[in-house]
Amino acid sequence: MENLLVAENIYKRFGNFTALNNISINIPRESIFGLLGPNGAGKTTFLRIINQITMPDEGRVYLDGKPLHPDDIAHIGYLPEERGLYKSMKVGEQALYLARLKGLSKAEARERLKFWFRKLNIEDWWDKKIQELSKGMAQKVQFVITVLHRPKLLIFDEPFSGFDPVNANLIKDEILQLKEEGATILFSTHRMESVEELCDYIALIHKSNKLLDGKVSEIKKEYKSNTFEVGLDAVDEATLRHELETNFQVGPARFKSIQDDLKLSIRIQENQNSNDLIQFLLSRARINHFVEVIPSVNDIFIKTVTQNA
Amino acid sequence: MRNLRLIINREYLARIRNRTFIVMTFLSPLIFVGMILLIAYLSMLNSTEQKIIGIHDDSGIFASEFKDTENVQYLDYSGRDLQEARQEVLSNEYFGLIHISNSGPGEKTQVEFFGKDTPGFGTIENIEKTISDKLTRQQLIEKGIDVSEIDKARAEVNIDIQNFAGERSSKMSNYIKMFFGGAAGYLLMMFIIIYGNMVMRSVIEEKTNRIIEIIVSSVKPIQLLLGKVIGTSLAGITQFAIWVILGTILLFGISSFLGIDPMAAQTPASTVVSQVPKPEINQLVIDILNLPYASLITFFFIYFISGYFLYSAIYAAIGAAVDSETDTQQFMFPIILPLILGIYVGFFSVVENPHGTVSTIFSIIPLTSPIVMLMRIPFGVPWWEILISIVVLIGTNIAVLWLSAKIYRVGILMYGKKPTYKEIYKWLKY
Repeated sequence: MENLLVAENIYKRFGNFTALNNISINIPRESIFGLLGPNGAGKTTFLRIINQITMPDEGRVYLDGKPLHPDDIAHIGYLPEERGLYKSMKVGEQALYLARLKGLSKAEARERLKFWFRKLNIEDWWDKKIQELSKGMAQKVQFVITVLHRPKLLIFDEPFSGFDPVNANLIKDEILQLKEEGATILFSTHRMESVEELCDYIALIHKSNKLLDGKVSEIKKEYKSNTFEVGLDAVDEATLRHELETNFQVGPARFKSIQDDLKLSIRIQENQNSNDLIQFLLSRARINHFVEVIPSVNDIFIKTVTQNA
Repeated sequence: MRNLRLIINREYLARIRNRTFIVMTFLSPLIFVGMILLIAYLSMLNSTEQKIIGIHDDSGIFASEFKDTENVQYLDYSGRDLQEARQEVLSNEYFGLIHISNSGPGEKTQVEFFGKDTPGFGTIENIEKTISDKLTRQQLIEKGIDVSEIDKARAEVNIDIQNFAGERSSKMSNYIKMFFGGAAGYLLMMFIIIYGNMVMRSVIEEKTNRIIEIIVSSVKPIQLLLGKVIGTSLAGITQFAIWVILGTILLFGISSFLGIDPMAAQTPASTVVSQVPKPEINQLVIDILNLPYASLITFFFIYFISGYFLYSAIYAAIGAAVDSETDTQQFMFPIILPLILGIYVGFFSVVENPHGTVSTIFSIIPLTSPIVMLMRIPFGVPWWEILISIVVLIGTNIAVLWLSAKIYRVGILMYGKKPTYKEIYKWLKY
């Protein structure tokens, strides 16, 4: 079984509004899967369906090859976007309560909580009330509660919103470590930096439709345009430029360099490869800079969304 | 089931640890007992205060009819000038002056009352009765009728009420049944309003805390809903129990300490009882013992629990639909209305005629039936009526719970919208 979670042809309508229109997604085991999309695209609705908080109108969800069952909540950890805790309850007490709702015994929950609280350096919060903690502090507690029952599938909805950079980094490291320990992670975000760093797979949802999905490296390959950024040192720049323009598609380029170069972005033909371009350049100029342009997830995101607008 | 128990446990602890709850639990009996003692004290003051009323009787036949009582003392000013008498009553700060003007035969007797304040009903009635009695006698004598014969002919009637099975009951037993039924109905209404509101507030709290989505990713919304309703009602029962215990201790402790009889506060019932002759007291005891306790208690629990559940489910749905307590106003009226209606029907219609059409209909309509039926049951209701009423109530309970769960499911995840009835109706179809 390669995929931990499979969602097939999910539809969800609220009255006349279609929130999810035929969404199918496969999440491979022990990967980090990024669910991307602008605000209101339907990400949260999809995550709620996986958590069985809402039911899809059509379509099926499989976990571990079996149709999703109410007992599966014990195998899923969910950190919702709208998250909070009981204000007047003590941190330790409500962490215990929430852990026990996930099926842990009291003793087991206490032991694991102590471990995590030590790990995140928040041991002395046990007897504090949530209203005494800051928002970022409360989010740490929520993170611990989400992962405490060691679920196979972890779902984070906008996990980094509300965290300061230090804590965001801390959480990022924890997520990576959880993946190494064998968890599969699904998270939704509209912030691309974290996707670039973390995700192995992505799916892009826009206006209730899935626009693209797959392995990040493959999507990037698909979206690359055979373009190279070059920095050239030539005697006669005007002639070189003219010669290049007759053979390739040439545009201006902007990158940092210590040389006073001619900076160009050059797109080669379908039947050519990078060596053809290098050979062409070698005899005409000194090459100071030569880099293939790889689209960032951000570029892909913007490009796909504007194309489909 | 395990989760439901955990939720009930948490809800219960959250309620009873709440500071307001603790304060109310221990303060309410104090306030309650304080009020009873105050009323008892005031009524004692009232009864020791003596009114002085002057009489200026031009005819000279009525003045002697006014006998001094514990509360009222009459002074005869008949020989004096009316203006002078009025002046004297005013300057002595007496309660008032009755002026009976002389009337010729066949004329109507004119009676006037002068006073600083308007006298109470009792006082007026007493004055009118005294004069009218005397006048009636006077006229009977004038017509040549022997008054002593009429007195002898006056008959005392006391109806001996029995049902067809031969069980005796008395007028008193109706009071007792009314008291039991009324207390049960009223208790239920208070319970629903206080603890229904608590359920609603706790739903709103979870919504505004944004913890709700974390919880419903672990448990089904219906479990959370049930856990809340049950946990809160257990807290309510705890509070009631503490009130009853504390109230009893305080009432008897303080009253024996101060020497005030708390029973004096419940004037109408207790005075009636004290005037009842001996055999009727025995009958009263028999009546109390004869109340169908087994069925009373059974039905009390059935109606209490299903009535409370019905309303709590609605309260919870309202809590889920709104973002803050201020938005709940528009939904409160439909809840309070049937409760008030139930109480009114109970206290007016049931007391008047426990088995009349109005009482019967309202004891079957589900939103009023818990209160009205609880009030009717002590009077004896045919089993099939109870059966219909319970079936309708439980059926409605299931339907309302189902609807509320739907509204709850959708509502708890809705933020920032001020819901309308139309919007909520749409949620039912999600």
